[in-house]
Amino acid sequence: MKTLFSRSFIATIVALALLPLVLVNDFLIDVSIRVMLTAIAVIGLNILMGFAGQVSIGHAAFVAAGAYGSAILATHLNINPIISILVAAVGVAIFAWVIAKPILKLKGHSLTMATLGLGIIVNMILINEVNWTGGPDGMPVPPVRIGDFAVIRPLHWYWVAASTLIVSMWLSLNLFDSPAGRALRGLNGSEMAARVMGVDVGSFKTRAFVVSAVFATISGSLTAHYLAFVSPVMASFTHSVELATMVVLGGMASTYGALVGTALLTTLPQLLGGFEDFEMMFFGFILMVTMMFLPMGLVPSIARIIERRRAR
Amino acid sequence: MLEVTGLTKRFGGVAAVQNVSFTVRGNTVHSVIGPNGAGKTTLFNLISGVYVPDEGEIRLDGSSITGISPDHLASLGMSRTFQNLQICMNMTACENVMLGAHLHTKSSLMRGMIGGSRRQDAELRDRAVTLMEYVGVGDYAGAHATQLPFGVLKRLEIARALASTPRLLLLDEPAAGLNETETHEVAELIRNIAASGITVVLVEHDMKMVMGISDHILVLDYGKNLAEGTAEEIRHDSRVIEAYLGAD
Repeated sequence: MKTLFSRSFIATIVALALLPLVLVNDFLIDVSIRVMLTAIAVIGLNILMGFAGQVSIGHAAFVAAGAYGSAILATHLNINPIISILVAAVGVAIFAWVIAKPILKLKGHSLTMATLGLGIIVNMILINEVNWTGGPDGMPVPPVRIGDFAVIRPLHWYWVAASTLIVSMWLSLNLFDSPAGRALRGLNGSEMAARVMGVDVGSFKTRAFVVSAVFATISGSLTAHYLAFVSPVMASFTHSVELATMVVLGGMASTYGALVGTALLTTLPQLLGGFEDFEMMFFGFILMVTMMFLPMGLVPSIARIIERRRAR
Repeated sequence: MLEVTGLTKRFGGVAAVQNVSFTVRGNTVHSVIGPNGAGKTTLFNLISGVYVPDEGEIRLDGSSITGISPDHLASLGMSRTFQNLQICMNMTACENVMLGAHLHTKSSLMRGMIGGSRRQDAELRDRAVTLMEYVGVGDYAGAHATQLPFGVLKRLEIARALASTPRLLLLDEPAAGLNETETHEVAELIRNIAASGITVVLVEHDMKMVMGISDHILVLDYGKNLAEGTAEEIRHDSRVIEAYLGAD
Protein backbone atom coordinates (compact mmCIF):
# COMPACT_ATOMS: atom_id res chain seq x y z
CA MET A 1 0.00 0.00 0.00
CA LYS A 2 2.70 2.44 1.10
CA THR A 3 5.02 1.70 -1.82
CA LEU A 4 2.14 1.73 -4.29
CA PHE A 5 1.30 5.24 -3.14
CA SER A 6 4.77 6.61 -3.50
CA ARG A 7 5.04 4.93 -6.90
CA SER A 8 1.88 6.70 -8.05
CA PHE A 9 3.25 9.94 -6.67
CA ILE A 10 6.53 9.62 -8.56
CA ALA A 11 4.59 8.70 -11.70
CA THR A 12 2.52 11.88 -11.26
CA ILE A 13 5.66 14.02 -10.92
CA VAL A 14 7.22 12.44 -14.03
CA ALA A 15 3.98 12.89 -15.99
CA LEU A 16 3.74 16.55 -15.02
CA ALA A 17 7.41 17.08 -15.91
CA LEU A 18 7.01 15.50 -19.36
CA LEU A 19 3.59 16.96 -20.16
CA PRO A 20 4.89 20.25 -21.65
CA LEU A 21 6.64 18.19 -24.38
CA VAL A 22 3.28 17.06 -25.75
CA LEU A 23 1.42 20.30 -25.15
CA VAL A 24 2.02 21.66 -28.61
CA ASN A 25 0.30 25.00 -28.30
CA ASP A 26 -0.43 27.74 -25.78
CA PHE A 27 -4.08 26.74 -25.57
CA LEU A 28 -3.24 23.28 -24.23
CA ILE A 29 -0.70 24.76 -21.82
CA ASP A 30 -3.32 27.25 -20.65
CA VAL A 31 -5.85 24.47 -20.00
CA SER A 32 -3.35 22.40 -18.04
CA ILE A 33 -2.31 25.41 -15.93
CA ARG A 34 -5.98 26.04 -15.09
CA VAL A 35 -6.46 22.38 -14.20
CA MET A 36 -3.45 22.35 -11.91
CA LEU A 37 -4.29 25.62 -10.16
CA THR A 38 -7.90 24.55 -9.61
CA ALA A 39 -6.77 21.12 -8.43
CA ILE A 40 -4.94 22.78 -5.51
CA ALA A 41 -8.29 24.09 -4.22
CA VAL A 42 -9.99 20.74 -4.88
CA ILE A 43 -7.27 18.84 -3.00
CA GLY A 44 -7.89 21.17 -0.06
CA LEU A 45 -11.66 20.77 -0.31
CA ASN A 46 -11.14 17.00 -0.39
CA ILE A 47 -9.47 17.23 3.03
CA LEU A 48 -12.67 18.80 4.37
CA MET A 49 -15.22 16.80 2.34
CA GLY A 50 -13.46 13.52 1.59
CA PHE A 51 -11.43 13.09 4.76
CA ALA A 52 -13.66 14.73 7.39
CA GLY A 53 -16.99 14.31 5.58
CA GLN A 54 -17.97 17.97 6.04
CA VAL A 55 -19.58 19.28 2.86
CA SER A 56 -18.85 22.84 1.82
CA ILE A 57 -20.82 24.42 -1.00
CA GLY A 58 -19.27 27.82 -0.56
CA HIS A 59 -15.63 27.06 -1.09
CA ALA A 60 -15.41 29.41 -4.06
CA ALA A 61 -15.61 32.17 -1.42
CA PHE A 62 -12.16 31.20 -0.17
CA VAL A 63 -10.79 30.91 -3.71
CA ALA A 64 -12.10 34.41 -4.40
CA ALA A 65 -10.85 35.69 -1.05
CA GLY A 66 -7.36 34.54 -2.03
CA ALA A 67 -7.67 36.00 -5.51
CA TYR A 68 -9.03 39.38 -4.45
CA GLY A 69 -6.99 39.51 -1.27
CA SER A 70 -3.75 39.17 -3.15
CA ALA A 71 -4.95 41.37 -6.03
CA ILE A 72 -6.03 44.22 -3.74
CA LEU A 73 -2.89 44.09 -1.63
CA ALA A 74 -0.72 44.08 -4.76
CA THR A 75 -2.68 46.77 -6.62
CA HIS A 76 -3.86 49.21 -3.96
CA LEU A 77 -1.05 48.78 -1.42
CA ASN A 78 1.76 48.03 -3.88
CA ILE A 79 2.86 44.91 -2.04
CA ASN A 80 5.01 42.33 -3.84
CA PRO A 81 2.59 39.61 -5.07
CA ILE A 82 4.60 36.82 -3.47
CA ILE A 83 4.09 38.48 -0.09
CA SER A 84 0.48 39.42 -0.83
CA ILE A 85 -0.32 35.77 -1.64
CA LEU A 86 1.04 34.72 1.76
CA VAL A 87 -0.69 37.57 3.60
CA ALA A 88 -4.01 36.64 1.96
CA ALA A 89 -3.51 33.00 3.00
CA VAL A 90 -2.80 33.90 6.63
CA GLY A 91 -5.72 36.36 6.71
CA VAL A 92 -8.17 33.80 5.31
CA ALA A 93 -6.86 31.15 7.71
CA ILE A 94 -7.64 33.38 10.68
CA PHE A 95 -11.03 34.32 9.20
CA ALA A 96 -11.90 30.65 8.54
CA TRP A 97 -10.91 29.69 12.08
CA VAL A 98 -13.03 32.46 13.61
CA ILE A 99 -16.17 31.56 11.63
CA ALA A 100 -15.70 27.78 11.96
CA LYS A 101 -15.77 27.84 15.76
CA PRO A 102 -19.40 28.96 16.18
CA ILE A 103 -20.66 27.14 13.03
CA LEU A 104 -19.28 23.76 14.09
CA LYS A 105 -20.91 24.02 17.50
CA LEU A 106 -24.22 23.49 15.71
CA LYS A 107 -25.28 20.00 14.70
CA GLY A 108 -26.10 18.34 11.40
CA HIS A 109 -25.79 20.13 8.08
CA SER A 110 -25.13 23.52 9.61
CA LEU A 111 -21.64 23.74 8.11
CA THR A 112 -23.00 23.13 4.60
CA MET A 113 -25.69 25.78 5.02
CA ALA A 114 -23.24 28.23 6.57
CA THR A 115 -20.76 27.80 3.70
CA LEU A 116 -23.59 28.40 1.25
CA GLY A 117 -24.36 31.66 3.06
CA LEU A 118 -20.69 32.60 3.18
CA GLY A 119 -20.36 32.12 -0.59
CA ILE A 120 -23.32 34.38 -1.27
CA ILE A 121 -22.09 37.08 1.13
CA VAL A 122 -18.56 37.12 -0.32
CA ASN A 123 -19.98 37.25 -3.85
CA MET A 124 -22.16 40.25 -2.90
CA ILE A 125 -19.29 42.09 -1.21
CA LEU A 126 -17.11 41.63 -4.31
CA ILE A 127 -19.87 43.01 -6.55
CA ASN A 128 -20.73 45.98 -4.31
CA GLU A 129 -17.36 47.23 -3.04
CA VAL A 130 -16.59 48.82 -6.41
CA ASN A 131 -13.75 51.05 -5.12
CA TRP A 132 -11.72 48.10 -3.96
CA THR A 133 -12.82 45.25 -6.24
CA GLY A 134 -13.93 46.92 -9.44
CA GLY A 135 -17.46 45.61 -8.85
CA PRO A 136 -19.12 43.27 -11.36
CA ASP A 137 -16.49 44.10 -14.00
CA GLY A 138 -13.68 42.71 -11.90
CA MET A 139 -10.17 44.15 -11.63
CA PRO A 140 -6.76 43.70 -13.25
CA VAL A 141 -4.06 41.90 -11.27
CA PRO A 142 -0.31 42.65 -11.53
CA PRO A 143 2.04 39.77 -12.42
CA VAL A 144 4.16 37.90 -9.89
CA ARG A 145 7.68 39.35 -9.82
CA ILE A 146 10.87 37.87 -8.49
CA GLY A 147 13.33 40.77 -8.56
CA ASP A 148 13.22 42.12 -12.12
CA PHE A 149 11.81 38.90 -13.51
CA ALA A 150 8.07 38.81 -14.07
CA VAL A 151 6.32 35.45 -14.40
CA ILE A 152 4.23 36.01 -17.53
CA ARG A 153 5.12 33.36 -20.11
CA PRO A 154 2.75 30.36 -20.08
CA LEU A 155 5.56 27.83 -19.71
CA HIS A 156 6.89 29.63 -16.62
CA TRP A 157 3.40 29.53 -15.16
CA TYR A 158 3.22 25.86 -16.00
CA TRP A 159 6.19 25.20 -13.70
CA VAL A 160 4.81 27.42 -10.93
CA ALA A 161 1.45 25.62 -11.06
CA ALA A 162 2.98 22.14 -11.37
CA SER A 163 5.34 22.59 -8.43
CA THR A 164 2.63 24.07 -6.20
CA LEU A 165 0.34 21.18 -7.17
CA ILE A 166 3.03 18.61 -6.37
CA VAL A 167 3.60 20.16 -2.95
CA SER A 168 -0.17 20.23 -2.30
CA MET A 169 -0.53 16.58 -3.27
CA TRP A 170 2.43 15.63 -1.10
CA LEU A 171 0.89 17.40 1.92
CA SER A 172 -2.48 15.77 1.33
CA LEU A 173 -1.04 12.26 0.79
CA ASN A 174 1.03 12.58 3.96
CA LEU A 175 -1.98 13.78 5.92
CA PHE A 176 -4.06 10.81 4.74
CA ASP A 177 -1.65 8.36 6.40
CA SER A 178 -1.06 10.27 9.63
CA PRO A 179 -2.73 10.29 13.05
CA ALA A 180 -4.49 13.55 12.15
CA GLY A 181 -5.69 12.08 8.84
CA ARG A 182 -7.06 9.00 10.57
CA ALA A 183 -8.78 11.18 13.15
CA LEU A 184 -10.47 13.14 10.34
CA ARG A 185 -11.47 10.03 8.37
CA GLY A 186 -12.49 8.37 11.60
CA LEU A 187 -14.89 11.11 12.61
CA ASN A 188 -16.30 10.86 9.09
CA GLY A 189 -16.78 7.09 9.38
CA SER A 190 -18.22 7.20 12.89
CA GLU A 191 -18.23 10.40 14.87
CA MET A 192 -19.25 8.43 17.96
CA ALA A 193 -16.31 6.04 17.66
CA ALA A 194 -13.86 8.88 17.06
CA ARG A 195 -15.08 10.74 20.16
CA VAL A 196 -14.84 7.66 22.34
CA MET A 197 -11.29 7.09 21.07
CA GLY A 198 -10.37 10.55 22.31
CA VAL A 199 -10.71 12.61 19.11
CA ASP A 200 -11.75 16.20 19.86
CA VAL A 201 -14.22 16.23 16.98
CA GLY A 202 -14.97 19.96 16.97
CA SER A 203 -11.31 20.89 16.96
CA PHE A 204 -10.49 18.52 14.11
CA LYS A 205 -13.38 19.76 11.97
CA THR A 206 -12.27 23.34 12.58
CA ARG A 207 -8.69 22.58 11.63
CA ALA A 208 -9.75 20.69 8.48
CA PHE A 209 -11.90 23.70 7.55
CA VAL A 210 -8.99 26.11 8.02
CA VAL A 211 -6.54 23.92 6.08
CA SER A 212 -8.96 23.50 3.18
CA ALA A 213 -9.58 27.26 3.15
CA VAL A 214 -5.84 27.92 2.90
CA PHE A 215 -5.48 25.53 -0.07
CA ALA A 216 -8.38 27.35 -1.75
CA THR A 217 -6.76 30.72 -1.04
CA ILE A 218 -3.41 29.74 -2.56
CA SER A 219 -5.23 28.37 -5.61
CA GLY A 220 -7.25 31.59 -5.94
CA SER A 221 -4.27 33.91 -5.52
CA LEU A 222 -2.18 32.07 -8.12
CA THR A 223 -5.10 31.91 -10.55
CA ALA A 224 -5.66 35.67 -10.21
CA HIS A 225 -2.02 36.48 -10.92
CA TYR A 226 -1.94 34.00 -13.80
CA LEU A 227 -5.08 35.34 -15.49
CA ALA A 228 -3.99 38.92 -14.62
CA PHE A 229 -7.66 39.53 -13.92
CA VAL A 230 -10.31 38.64 -11.34
CA SER A 231 -14.10 38.91 -11.40
CA PRO A 232 -16.84 38.03 -8.90
CA VAL A 233 -17.68 34.95 -11.02
CA MET A 234 -14.84 33.30 -9.10
CA ALA A 235 -16.96 33.45 -5.92
CA SER A 236 -20.19 32.33 -7.61
CA PHE A 237 -22.35 29.50 -6.34
CA THR A 238 -21.76 27.71 -9.66
CA HIS A 239 -18.04 27.67 -9.00
CA SER A 240 -18.57 26.27 -5.48
CA VAL A 241 -20.73 23.48 -6.89
CA GLU A 242 -18.08 22.84 -9.54
CA LEU A 243 -15.39 22.38 -6.89
CA ALA A 244 -17.57 20.04 -4.82
CA THR A 245 -18.49 18.03 -7.95
CA MET A 246 -14.79 17.62 -8.76
CA VAL A 247 -14.20 16.08 -5.31
CA VAL A 248 -17.17 13.72 -5.60
CA LEU A 249 -16.43 12.64 -9.19
CA GLY A 250 -12.72 12.03 -8.52
CA GLY A 251 -13.41 10.16 -5.32
CA MET A 252 -13.96 11.02 -1.70
CA ALA A 253 -10.73 11.13 0.34
CA SER A 254 -8.61 10.39 -2.74
CA THR A 255 -5.89 12.94 -3.48
CA TYR A 256 -5.37 11.56 -7.00
CA GLY A 257 -9.13 11.58 -7.39
CA ALA A 258 -9.16 15.31 -6.72
CA LEU A 259 -6.70 15.82 -9.59
CA VAL A 260 -8.59 13.49 -11.94
CA GLY A 261 -11.94 15.08 -11.07
CA THR A 262 -10.57 18.54 -11.71
CA ALA A 263 -8.95 17.53 -14.99
CA LEU A 264 -12.15 15.94 -16.31
CA LEU A 265 -14.50 18.70 -15.26
CA THR A 266 -12.19 21.46 -16.51
CA THR A 267 -11.51 19.94 -19.92
CA LEU A 268 -14.95 18.52 -20.72
CA PRO A 269 -16.71 21.93 -20.78
CA GLN A 270 -13.93 23.11 -23.15
CA LEU A 271 -14.91 20.33 -25.53
CA LEU A 272 -18.57 21.21 -25.15
CA GLY A 273 -17.66 24.84 -26.05
CA GLY A 274 -20.58 27.08 -26.95
CA PHE A 275 -22.89 25.33 -24.53
CA GLU A 276 -22.00 27.67 -21.69
CA ASP A 277 -25.62 28.09 -20.65
CA PHE A 278 -25.85 24.38 -19.97
CA GLU A 279 -22.80 24.27 -17.69
CA MET A 280 -24.81 24.09 -14.47
CA MET A 281 -26.99 21.32 -15.93
CA PHE A 282 -23.87 19.49 -17.01
CA PHE A 283 -22.38 19.55 -13.49
CA GLY A 284 -25.68 18.52 -11.96
CA PHE A 285 -25.89 15.60 -14.37
CA ILE A 286 -22.31 14.46 -13.65
CA LEU A 287 -22.95 14.69 -9.91
CA MET A 288 -26.15 12.64 -10.22
CA VAL A 289 -24.61 9.93 -12.41
CA THR A 290 -21.56 9.65 -10.11
CA MET A 291 -23.75 9.31 -7.05
CA MET A 292 -25.87 6.63 -8.72
CA PHE A 293 -23.21 4.48 -10.38
CA LEU A 294 -19.90 5.33 -8.70
CA PRO A 295 -20.74 6.47 -5.19
CA MET A 296 -17.08 6.15 -4.20
CA GLY A 297 -15.91 8.25 -7.14
CA LEU A 298 -13.68 7.39 -10.10
CA VAL A 299 -10.26 6.76 -8.57
CA PRO A 300 -11.32 4.64 -5.55
CA SER A 301 -13.68 2.59 -7.75
CA ILE A 302 -10.97 1.90 -10.33
CA ALA A 303 -8.45 1.14 -7.57
CA ARG A 304 -10.86 -1.43 -6.14
CA ILE A 305 -11.38 -3.10 -9.52
CA ILE A 306 -7.61 -3.40 -9.99
CA GLU A 307 -7.21 -4.76 -6.45
CA ARG A 308 -9.85 -7.44 -7.07
CA ARG A 309 -8.21 -8.46 -10.35
CA ARG A 310 -4.90 -8.85 -8.53
CA ALA A 311 -6.45 -10.83 -5.70
CA ARG A 312 -7.70 -13.44 -8.15
CA MET B 1 -12.58 2.30 40.75
CA LEU B 2 -15.93 3.35 39.32
CA GLU B 3 -18.69 4.58 41.60
CA VAL B 4 -22.19 5.30 40.32
CA THR B 5 -24.69 6.89 42.70
CA GLY B 6 -28.34 7.72 42.13
CA LEU B 7 -28.00 7.85 38.36
CA THR B 8 -31.17 8.89 36.51
CA LYS B 9 -31.84 9.59 32.84
CA ARG B 10 -35.24 10.44 31.41
CA PHE B 11 -36.27 10.53 27.76
CA GLY B 12 -39.41 12.61 27.64
CA GLY B 13 -41.50 11.20 30.46
CA VAL B 14 -39.85 7.79 30.50
CA ALA B 15 -37.05 7.13 32.95
CA ALA B 16 -34.70 4.78 31.10
CA VAL B 17 -32.38 4.65 34.08
CA GLN B 18 -33.75 5.45 37.53
CA ASN B 19 -31.71 5.93 40.69
CA VAL B 20 -29.12 3.30 39.78
CA SER B 21 -26.15 2.90 42.11
CA PHE B 22 -23.26 0.47 42.07
CA THR B 23 -19.52 0.29 42.60
CA VAL B 24 -16.99 -1.42 40.35
CA ARG B 25 -13.81 -2.51 42.07
CA GLY B 26 -10.53 -2.44 40.14
CA ASN B 27 -9.29 -5.59 38.35
CA THR B 28 -12.69 -7.25 38.23
CA VAL B 29 -15.22 -8.19 35.58
CA HIS B 30 -18.45 -6.46 36.50
CA SER B 31 -21.51 -7.41 34.46
CA VAL B 32 -24.78 -5.58 33.97
CA ILE B 33 -27.68 -7.80 32.92
CA GLY B 34 -31.41 -7.41 32.62
CA PRO B 35 -34.33 -8.04 30.28
CA ASN B 36 -34.64 -6.07 27.03
CA GLY B 37 -35.28 -2.39 27.67
CA ALA B 38 -33.95 -2.58 31.21
CA GLY B 39 -31.69 0.42 30.56
CA LYS B 40 -28.36 -1.37 30.22
CA THR B 41 -27.16 0.43 27.12
CA THR B 42 -28.46 3.77 28.44
CA LEU B 43 -26.41 3.16 31.57
CA PHE B 44 -23.34 2.58 29.40
CA ASN B 45 -23.99 5.71 27.40
CA LEU B 46 -24.22 7.67 30.64
CA ILE B 47 -20.98 6.27 32.05
CA SER B 48 -19.08 6.80 28.79
CA GLY B 49 -20.26 10.39 28.44
CA VAL B 50 -22.45 9.89 25.37
CA TYR B 51 -25.49 11.01 27.42
CA VAL B 52 -25.48 13.49 30.29
CA PRO B 53 -27.41 12.19 33.33
CA ASP B 54 -30.38 14.15 34.70
CA GLU B 55 -29.48 13.22 38.25
CA GLY B 56 -26.78 11.35 40.09
CA GLU B 57 -23.05 11.18 40.03
CA ILE B 58 -20.35 9.06 38.40
CA ARG B 59 -16.90 8.94 39.95
CA LEU B 60 -13.74 7.48 38.49
CA ASP B 61 -11.03 6.85 41.07
CA GLY B 62 -12.74 9.22 43.46
CA SER B 63 -13.13 12.25 41.18
CA SER B 64 -16.41 13.14 39.53
CA ILE B 65 -16.69 12.48 35.78
CA THR B 66 -20.40 13.29 35.52
CA GLY B 67 -21.19 15.01 32.22
CA ILE B 68 -17.62 14.91 30.91
CA SER B 69 -17.33 14.43 27.12
CA PRO B 70 -16.30 11.03 25.70
CA ASP B 71 -13.03 12.34 24.26
CA HIS B 72 -12.03 13.68 27.67
CA LEU B 73 -13.00 10.39 29.34
CA ALA B 74 -10.74 8.57 26.89
CA SER B 75 -7.81 10.58 28.20
CA LEU B 76 -8.74 9.46 31.73
CA GLY B 77 -8.36 5.84 30.69
CA MET B 78 -11.89 4.81 29.78
CA SER B 79 -12.77 3.08 26.53
CA ARG B 80 -15.76 1.20 25.19
CA THR B 81 -17.27 -0.85 22.39
CA PHE B 82 -20.74 -0.53 20.90
CA GLN B 83 -23.63 -2.94 20.67
CA ASN B 84 -24.59 -1.58 17.25
CA LEU B 85 -21.14 -1.48 15.69
CA GLN B 86 -19.36 1.85 15.33
CA ILE B 87 -16.62 0.78 12.94
CA CYS B 88 -15.30 3.39 10.51
CA MET B 89 -16.29 1.71 7.24
CA ASN B 90 -14.25 4.21 5.22
CA MET B 91 -10.99 2.87 6.64
CA THR B 92 -9.04 -0.39 6.73
CA ALA B 93 -9.37 -2.77 9.68
CA CYS B 94 -5.87 -1.88 10.82
CA GLU B 95 -6.52 1.87 10.57
CA ASN B 96 -9.56 1.45 12.80
CA VAL B 97 -7.37 -0.05 15.50
CA MET B 98 -4.74 2.66 14.94
CA LEU B 99 -7.45 5.26 15.50
CA GLY B 100 -7.88 3.72 18.95
CA ALA B 101 -4.37 4.86 19.81
CA HIS B 102 -5.25 8.44 18.88
CA LEU B 103 -4.38 9.88 22.29
CA HIS B 104 -0.94 8.30 22.18
CA THR B 105 -0.07 10.05 18.93
CA LYS B 106 1.03 13.53 17.98
CA SER B 107 -2.00 14.45 15.94
CA SER B 108 -1.25 17.94 14.66
CA LEU B 109 -2.46 18.43 11.08
CA MET B 110 0.71 20.31 10.18
CA ARG B 111 2.91 17.49 11.44
CA GLY B 112 0.79 14.99 9.53
CA MET B 113 1.01 17.00 6.31
CA ILE B 114 4.80 17.25 6.31
CA GLY B 115 5.10 13.53 7.05
CA GLY B 116 6.47 14.05 10.56
CA SER B 117 4.67 11.06 12.04
CA ARG B 118 5.86 8.36 9.63
CA ARG B 119 8.19 6.53 12.00
CA GLN B 120 5.69 6.63 14.85
CA ASP B 121 3.03 5.41 12.42
CA ALA B 122 5.05 2.33 11.52
CA GLU B 123 5.28 1.38 15.20
CA LEU B 124 1.58 2.13 15.62
CA ARG B 125 0.74 -0.15 12.71
CA ASP B 126 2.80 -2.99 14.20
CA ARG B 127 1.06 -2.56 17.53
CA ALA B 128 -2.35 -2.51 15.85
CA VAL B 129 -1.57 -5.79 14.06
CA THR B 130 -0.39 -7.31 17.36
CA LEU B 131 -3.65 -6.25 19.00
CA MET B 132 -5.66 -7.71 16.11
CA GLU B 133 -3.83 -10.99 16.62
CA TYR B 134 -4.50 -10.77 20.36
CA VAL B 135 -8.27 -10.53 19.84
CA GLY B 136 -8.10 -13.26 17.20
CA VAL B 137 -8.61 -11.33 13.95
CA GLY B 138 -4.97 -11.16 12.86
CA ASP B 139 -5.81 -12.71 9.49
CA TYR B 140 -7.68 -9.57 8.52
CA ALA B 141 -4.83 -7.10 9.17
CA GLY B 142 -4.67 -6.11 5.50
CA ALA B 143 -8.42 -5.99 4.86
CA HIS B 144 -10.72 -3.04 4.42
CA ALA B 145 -13.38 -2.68 7.12
CA THR B 146 -16.15 -3.26 4.55
CA GLN B 147 -14.79 -6.72 3.75
CA LEU B 148 -15.04 -8.06 7.30
CA PRO B 149 -17.72 -10.43 8.60
CA PHE B 150 -19.82 -9.40 11.59
CA GLY B 151 -18.01 -11.53 14.16
CA VAL B 152 -14.68 -10.03 13.15
CA LEU B 153 -16.01 -6.47 13.39
CA LYS B 154 -17.19 -7.19 16.93
CA ARG B 155 -13.69 -8.18 17.95
CA LEU B 156 -12.12 -5.40 15.93
CA GLU B 157 -13.99 -2.97 18.20
CA ILE B 158 -12.39 -4.61 21.22
CA ALA B 159 -8.94 -4.32 19.60
CA ARG B 160 -9.60 -0.64 18.87
CA ALA B 161 -10.66 -0.01 22.47
CA LEU B 162 -7.56 -1.82 23.74
CA ALA B 163 -5.34 0.33 21.50
CA SER B 164 -6.13 3.27 23.75
CA THR B 165 -4.59 1.31 26.67
CA PRO B 166 -7.62 1.82 28.91
CA ARG B 167 -7.77 1.10 32.63
CA LEU B 168 -11.53 0.72 32.43
CA LEU B 169 -13.13 -1.02 29.46
CA LEU B 170 -16.89 -0.99 28.83
CA LEU B 171 -18.05 -3.80 26.57
CA ASP B 172 -21.59 -3.40 25.22
CA GLU B 173 -22.90 -6.86 24.26
CA PRO B 174 -19.66 -8.18 22.75
CA ALA B 175 -21.25 -11.57 22.05
CA ALA B 176 -24.50 -10.34 20.49
CA GLY B 177 -25.02 -12.01 17.12
CA LEU B 178 -22.10 -14.40 17.54
CA ASN B 179 -22.33 -18.19 17.30
CA GLU B 180 -21.44 -20.48 20.17
CA THR B 181 -17.79 -20.99 19.21
CA GLU B 182 -17.26 -17.27 18.73
CA THR B 183 -19.01 -16.49 22.03
CA HIS B 184 -16.72 -18.93 23.75
CA GLU B 185 -13.67 -17.24 22.19
CA VAL B 186 -14.86 -13.79 23.22
CA ALA B 187 -15.42 -15.00 26.80
CA GLU B 188 -11.86 -16.30 26.82
CA LEU B 189 -10.65 -12.97 25.44
CA ILE B 190 -12.47 -11.00 28.14
CA ARG B 191 -10.90 -13.23 30.78
CA ASN B 192 -7.46 -12.51 29.33
CA ILE B 193 -8.15 -8.78 29.21
CA ALA B 194 -9.20 -8.78 32.86
CA ALA B 195 -6.15 -10.85 33.79
CA SER B 196 -3.92 -8.21 32.14
CA GLY B 197 -5.10 -5.70 34.74
CA ILE B 198 -7.89 -3.92 32.88
CA THR B 199 -11.16 -3.50 34.75
CA VAL B 200 -14.05 -4.69 32.58
CA VAL B 201 -17.69 -3.62 32.77
CA LEU B 202 -19.82 -5.87 30.60
CA VAL B 203 -23.37 -5.60 29.30
CA GLU B 204 -24.43 -8.94 27.90
CA HIS B 205 -27.43 -11.06 27.05
CA ASP B 206 -25.69 -14.40 26.95
CA MET B 207 -26.30 -15.73 30.49
CA LYS B 208 -23.88 -18.60 30.24
CA MET B 209 -21.08 -16.23 29.32
CA VAL B 210 -21.98 -13.70 32.04
CA MET B 211 -22.19 -16.38 34.73
CA GLY B 212 -18.87 -17.83 33.61
CA ILE B 213 -16.68 -14.74 33.63
CA SER B 214 -18.19 -12.19 36.02
CA ASP B 215 -16.82 -11.41 39.47
CA HIS B 216 -19.86 -9.32 40.22
CA ILE B 217 -23.25 -8.94 38.55
CA LEU B 218 -25.74 -6.08 38.62
CA VAL B 219 -29.29 -6.85 37.49
CA LEU B 220 -31.40 -4.02 36.11
CA ASP B 221 -35.14 -4.14 35.54
CA TYR B 222 -37.21 -1.21 34.26
CA GLY B 223 -34.17 1.04 34.73
CA LYS B 224 -33.76 0.24 38.42
CA ASN B 225 -31.38 -1.85 40.50
CA LEU B 226 -33.04 -5.22 40.95
CA ALA B 227 -30.29 -7.30 42.47
CA GLU B 228 -26.53 -7.38 42.88
CA GLY B 229 -24.04 -10.05 43.81
CA THR B 230 -21.83 -12.86 42.59
CA ALA B 231 -22.92 -15.22 39.83
CA GLU B 232 -23.96 -17.80 42.43
CA GLU B 233 -26.05 -15.29 44.39
CA ILE B 234 -27.76 -13.97 41.26
CA ARG B 235 -28.56 -17.46 40.01
CA HIS B 236 -30.59 -18.14 43.14
CA ASP B 237 -32.14 -14.70 43.60
CA SER B 238 -35.91 -15.05 43.48
CA ARG B 239 -36.46 -11.48 42.15
CA VAL B 240 -34.13 -12.15 39.21
CA ILE B 241 -35.86 -15.42 38.38
CA GLU B 242 -39.16 -13.59 38.52
CA ALA B 243 -38.02 -10.77 36.23
CA TYR B 244 -36.65 -13.19 33.65
CA LEU B 245 -39.23 -15.93 33.75
CA GLY B 246 -42.24 -13.93 34.92
CA ALA B 247 -42.93 -16.52 37.61
CA ASP B 248 -44.78 -15.50 40.70
